[in-house]
Amino acid sequence: MAQTGSCDVIAAVEPTWYLIVSSLLFGIGAFGLLVRRNPLVMFMCIELMLNAANLTFVALATSLGDINGQTAVFFVMVVAAAEVVVGLGILVSILRRRPGATADDLAELKG
Amino acid sequence: MNTTFLEYVVFFVASLMMLGGAIGVILFKNPVHAALGLVLTLFGVAVQFVAQEAHFLAAVQVIVYAGAIVVLFLFVIMLLGVDRAVDLSIEPISIQRPLAAVMTVGLVGLVSAAVIKAGDAIGTLNPGLGLDVAGEITADGQNIVSNDGNIQQLARNLYNDHVLAFQLTSVLLIVAVVGTVLLTRKWPKQGAAT
Repeated sequence: MAQTGSCDVIAAVEPTWYLIVSSLLFGIGAFGLLVRRNPLVMFMCIELMLNAANLTFVALATSLGDINGQTAVFFVMVVAAAEVVVGLGILVSILRRRPGATADDLAELKG
Repeated sequence: MNTTFLEYVVFFVASLMMLGGAIGVILFKNPVHAALGLVLTLFGVAVQFVAQEAHFLAAVQVIVYAGAIVVLFLFVIMLLGVDRAVDLSIEPISIQRPLAAVMTVGLVGLVSAAVIKAGDAIGTLNPGLGLDVAGEITADGQNIVSNDGNIQQLARNLYNDHVLAFQLTSVLLIVAVVGTVLLTRKWPKQGAAT
């Protein structure tokens, strides 16, 4: 390959980069889950972490040439959809009884 | 303007979309805006999937996540009427945010260090295989390239190796739907029933 421009000397995008980006995404999701008080936003942060795991699966499936990783992502998506449905159902029934409740207010089970 | 440069542009733009949307999710005061940041992140992840030849998963990502899950979030936000801005400067537990930041930095640092250290092992082991070609190899050793090879490979793997898990998925979805209907139903008061 001719060294005509700076584009030629750089390597292709490596799976390592995808893994680092997905670890950053997972970290942002974990931080949001810990600091946010709104239960809906906490669910969104869980979705962020699930997507980071999905990106890791796909990056490794591509780099290792193994389709099983993409099948795992398929199952993660199904489970995430079911989890969101059940979680939002619980949230609706809680917030209908106590409007404006945050995660700190739901402490009836505390000893 | 060769393909490597385009790969770089796609990677960095999609990463910026992902991380920017994720930061928006945790920083926006209004839950509706947070949900829209989540859409941005999900589209960024879908672009990353396309860049890694996972075309079917990219389509499912857009349809299921951005199309169904975020709409469900927005629907619940509107239904409950919690689409008001909240004051994020209130810290109920004073030390929680610094501790969460320390934990996050530690987690990301540990995972990134492990990834970088293992960088050679997870390199491109099969650079020429590709998950976008059909899995059949002809007599002269060539992979059959077709337009929907990714879907064919995924379907073959899903319905041969993971068929029991696929069946259990339907049970899971039925249980989730029935449970949600039971959870959110308004029960008649005791004695008020006929």
